[in-house]
Amino acid sequence: MKKISTSILLIAAFAAAISFNACKKKAKDADIKAAIETALKADPMAANTMVTVDKGIATITGQCKDDMCKASCEKMVAAVKGVKSVVNNCTVMPAMEPPVIVADDPLTKSVADAIKDFPGVMATVKDGIITLTGEISRDKLQKLMMGLQALHPKKVESAGLVKK
Amino acid sequence: MALQDKYQSLVDAANTGGATNLQVREQDGVLYINCDATGELKQQLWDLYGTLDPDYASGDLVLNINSVAGVQEGAQLRVTTNRTNLNIRKGPGTDHSIVGKAARHEVVVLVTKENDQWWVIKTKDGEQGYSYTQYLTPLA
Repeated sequence: MKKISTSILLIAAFAAAISFNACKKKAKDADIKAAIETALKADPMAANTMVTVDKGIATITGQCKDDMCKASCEKMVAAVKGVKSVVNNCTVMPAMEPPVIVADDPLTKSVADAIKDFPGVMATVKDGIITLTGEISRDKLQKLMMGLQALHPKKVESAGLVKK
Repeated sequence: MALQDKYQSLVDAANTGGATNLQVREQDGVLYINCDATGELKQQLWDLYGTLDPDYASGDLVLNINSVAGVQEGAQLRVTTNRTNLNIRKGPGTDHSIVGKAARHEVVVLVTKENDQWWVIKTKDGEQGYSYTQYLTPLA
């Protein structure tokens, strides 16, 4: 009789220990999740991602803008204390279209139109790059650049245009 | 990556300000940002660009904000030249001859959009031809 009650007691104690342990695990997962969320929040790239944690295994879902973002997200999560492993279920958003760059002939023509009203400014176009020379006052520069950057150039070189 | 960091606040401001069709791409050391926005937001973003890159001198960003994407044919446009009258030309380019002029602050009507730079407009006197869009501001 005594033996049985001891074993019952043992079983009960064991069960209690298990449930206590499970409870502790759960709390720990929640803590890890919170820590990961804080880390992800600090990175604007990870703005569209979410995470769940189960027994120390972190699962990331949501959207990343590219593979680099996906990899850095995973690295960031893996570095959080308590994370045993990471399941990365992020989807990468479709790539954006490459920038449109206009051919030199039409660009040369449209650049000539754009700088016509800015006397003192000269421009050359080569391989999509607009290079400006001459001089302009700072108050007129913004309007000139607005016009030129809308022409689909590869680049606008304007260093030294505004004289100090 | 560093370029995107340099201009991140510009992209954030475009998003917050309600820009649409926003595209941000980096290629060969140049960041390309395109979007549609109101004239007001375009001005804000260009002012911010000027603080991030003084005198727009680095040549590492091509910012193309279309503030007239939603303007329809028949819309009224104000001539917003700096001082002079606006030339109305026979074709889309300053190499085409001048067929008329619109006075500064005069209101004209959009006939068709040839491209982002040249629109066909008509004055109240019936003069019609191509004018440079940078000097035309849609009436709100």
